[in-house]
Amino acid sequence: MRHLLAALSAMLFAAPALAALPEDGAINFQPAATRIAERVHEFHNVLLWIIALITVLVTVLLIWVMVRYSRAANKTPRKFSHNTTVEVIWTVVPALILVGIASLSFPNLFYQNVTPNLGEIAATSKSLLANGKTAQHLAYTKNYFPDAAEKGFVNVKIQGNQWNWTYTYPDLVDETGAAVEFVSNGIHKGRPTDKENYESLTGRTDFDTQPTNLAVDYPMVIPAGRYIRYYTAAADVIHSFTIPAFAVKTDAVPGRLNEGWFLVEEPGIYYGQCSELCGIDHAYMPIEVRVVPQAQYDRWAELMKAGDFDGAAASITTIAALESETQLASTN
Amino acid sequence: MPMDEIALDHGHDAHDHKPGFVTRWFFSTNHKDIGTLYLVFALIAGIVGYSLSGLIRWELAEPGIGPMLWIQTNFFGLTGDEAITHAKHFYNVVISYHGLIMIFFMVMPALIGGFGNWFVPLMIGAPDMAFPRMNNISFWLTVGAFILASISMVVPGGPGGNGFGGGWTLYPPLSSASGHPGPAMDLLILSLHTAGIASILGAINFIVTILNMRAPGMTMHKMPLFAWSILVTAVLLLLALPVLAGALTMLLTDRNFGSQFFIANGGGDPVMFQHLFWFFGHPEVYIMILPAFGIVSHIVSTFSKKPIFGYLGMAYAMVSIGVIGFVVWAHHMYTVGMNVDLKAYFVAATMVIAVPTGIKIFSWIATMWGGSIEFKVPMLWAIGFIFLFTVGGVTGVVLANAGIDHSLHDTYYVVAHFHYVLSLGAVFGLFAGWYYWFEKMFGVKYNGFLAGLHFWLMFVGSNVLFFPQHFLGLQGMPRRYIDYNEGFSTWHYVSSIGYAITLVATLIFFLSIIEAAVRRRKATVDAQGHGNPWGEGATTLEWTLPSPPPFHQYNELPVVNTKGGH
Repeated sequence: MRHLLAALSAMLFAAPALAALPEDGAINFQPAATRIAERVHEFHNVLLWIIALITVLVTVLLIWVMVRYSRAANKTPRKFSHNTTVEVIWTVVPALILVGIASLSFPNLFYQNVTPNLGEIAATSKSLLANGKTAQHLAYTKNYFPDAAEKGFVNVKIQGNQWNWTYTYPDLVDETGAAVEFVSNGIHKGRPTDKENYESLTGRTDFDTQPTNLAVDYPMVIPAGRYIRYYTAAADVIHSFTIPAFAVKTDAVPGRLNEGWFLVEEPGIYYGQCSELCGIDHAYMPIEVRVVPQAQYDRWAELMKAGDFDGAAASITTIAALESETQLASTN
Repeated sequence: MPMDEIALDHGHDAHDHKPGFVTRWFFSTNHKDIGTLYLVFALIAGIVGYSLSGLIRWELAEPGIGPMLWIQTNFFGLTGDEAITHAKHFYNVVISYHGLIMIFFMVMPALIGGFGNWFVPLMIGAPDMAFPRMNNISFWLTVGAFILASISMVVPGGPGGNGFGGGWTLYPPLSSASGHPGPAMDLLILSLHTAGIASILGAINFIVTILNMRAPGMTMHKMPLFAWSILVTAVLLLLALPVLAGALTMLLTDRNFGSQFFIANGGGDPVMFQHLFWFFGHPEVYIMILPAFGIVSHIVSTFSKKPIFGYLGMAYAMVSIGVIGFVVWAHHMYTVGMNVDLKAYFVAATMVIAVPTGIKIFSWIATMWGGSIEFKVPMLWAIGFIFLFTVGGVTGVVLANAGIDHSLHDTYYVVAHFHYVLSLGAVFGLFAGWYYWFEKMFGVKYNGFLAGLHFWLMFVGSNVLFFPQHFLGLQGMPRRYIDYNEGFSTWHYVSSIGYAITLVATLIFFLSIIEAAVRRRKATVDAQGHGNPWGEGATTLEWTLPSPPPFHQYNELPVVNTKGGH
């Protein structure tokens, strides 16, 4: 716990970046970092009310019959065993509630599962704005990001291995034509030698400030405010790529290439963990995503293309705020 | 022993002639003895499965690798990184066998083999099961399967030591030769094949018995709901288990004979296994809960002194749960990369199940409505069941929505959900049946104080154990993790305290068995000379027999009058 606080405060003082970590004693989702997650949480909150009310209704009915029809309160039992009206009601009403739930569920599902057509988003948004339909435009852009759509996708291939992740950036190609690719290992393996190994491997001294079982040596890095299209694959057994704050979970299955998308507006450090049992070190192959401003991302990409992995990692230890984007760009 | 008019023996044997010990318990063809054997077996397997869950909660009480490492160091003499690797593998083994043993060797044998064997023939007025020898084979194959599974735990499994550590769902490639090369997985496949054959034979036996051996006058629509629940369960077993057997056979040939059904680089598809597994696996969860539905219906009716409300609706709700249960399997696989339209279908189909489930919950309450309720121990368990099953059911509606399930899949939210419907649903139904029929089966009374204490501690303990796991799941705590970030500490700790409470409850349960065996309080004989401790509310045929029933009952078949019967 002390480490966690230290890690948190170090991050807070170092940069205005947030870290998506599990919070001790919390009883709800981690804060949403994507529109997908926001919509999931909104839907879940509605659903939570519905299920809570149903549970309360059943509990109240149970307590009522237990009190009102206990042997002390009611000596002679009645003998009815049918009542068509109530039977129809408790069949039809739940069915209608389910139809209501489904009407919220399907748009939510299709929003997160259908990779957006960026050309269409940019064009539709532009024409709505040009026709002066500001309200529709707002409603439209609440779920889509027209500015980001014009820039196109940032593609990342994510491969699960026993027990680490390989990230490949097919858009970032060096002079030899090779795409940027690196392996990301959790720095904690549940061993007393973890710190030693980390320090000798990376030359960094920040082991104690890293969140346990979540931090990695070389994190996945993506630009803020851009559409990310990711593909998952697996080298050996099934893994599952998960970031709770993004509401993203896609299995990495041998022989398949699964696809998903997300867009994070807020720069920060987001953590996730493998979510399909994959063997001995299943609990020790975390996912760390550093969402950085575009300029910082571009600089990281250049360093990665040049093969300077440690320089690249150093360039994203503190995450720049969105406002400083232009400054960073000019110094680049 | 009081003589009952419908149990009169008119043969030439002595009235209650029982064979010698070995013949009676090892070559048994008597449905009641086989039922008892199943219950004893389930108790033993339950102790093993429950101890494994104790290891899980012990390990997870605090972050870091603790007790698992201690076991490797002190029992197996390992040190350093090797001990840690083995500890991690051992944890995976523990969670895998906890699930398998609880499902295949505790809940199913107890509810179907135990209570099904004991009470289906008694309730429908049959002298025995249709195929008594097949019944015997079913039981001993189950024992054999358990022995194979136990051996599998202690022979080489994967790279980290003995036993199979790939979860009860056995997903390849982790369960393939590449993931777990050792013989543990092969033994496990043989064990599940054997358990499957045992269940299929048992299912055939139940279906034939129920369809052909009902007492004169007992039409299908007058049959007690417990018999209905076992009939639906048996049909589900008959249809689902061959699919599991097919998947397991393909896995076996992949592992040993060079086939590549589930091996991607040979053109196979690991996801295909998941489809086959869950085509079995989803009906399997109804196989575990339906008998509990049947038991709870009888208990609620008995202690409310009222006939079951909406009998036909209750029976056909179970039938429709069984039917729909076969077309929802892929909701266990929302994250594998399915087409979004396919997900939408499975969302809709899965939510439909809430309707018949709601009918059952409300009908139980309506059965109590207007009654004169006595809160004896079986009724406490039954009411506890209704409440806890509702909680588990509504989180099922949440998980049915694929959009939300992408966040909750493979987290502790799922663990909490299925333990609410199984550990607090099926198991509460099991204990309800245990106390309801205790006197009928064993001819002695249980101690009401100990049984009540068992209930209350179990009710509090299992809620403390499983409710906080919803919070962990929402925060993102993944399943099947030996270690976790400090941000999950509090609720894991609370959860482990809940386990400790259930441990006390379980010790009291065994104490109550010993107490009843030592004290031997005589079973109730009512004014009509029937072994019925529950009074006018207990209307099914088993209560017209003495407690315990004679070795062979209904030598003259009871005739069910055209008015009553359920």
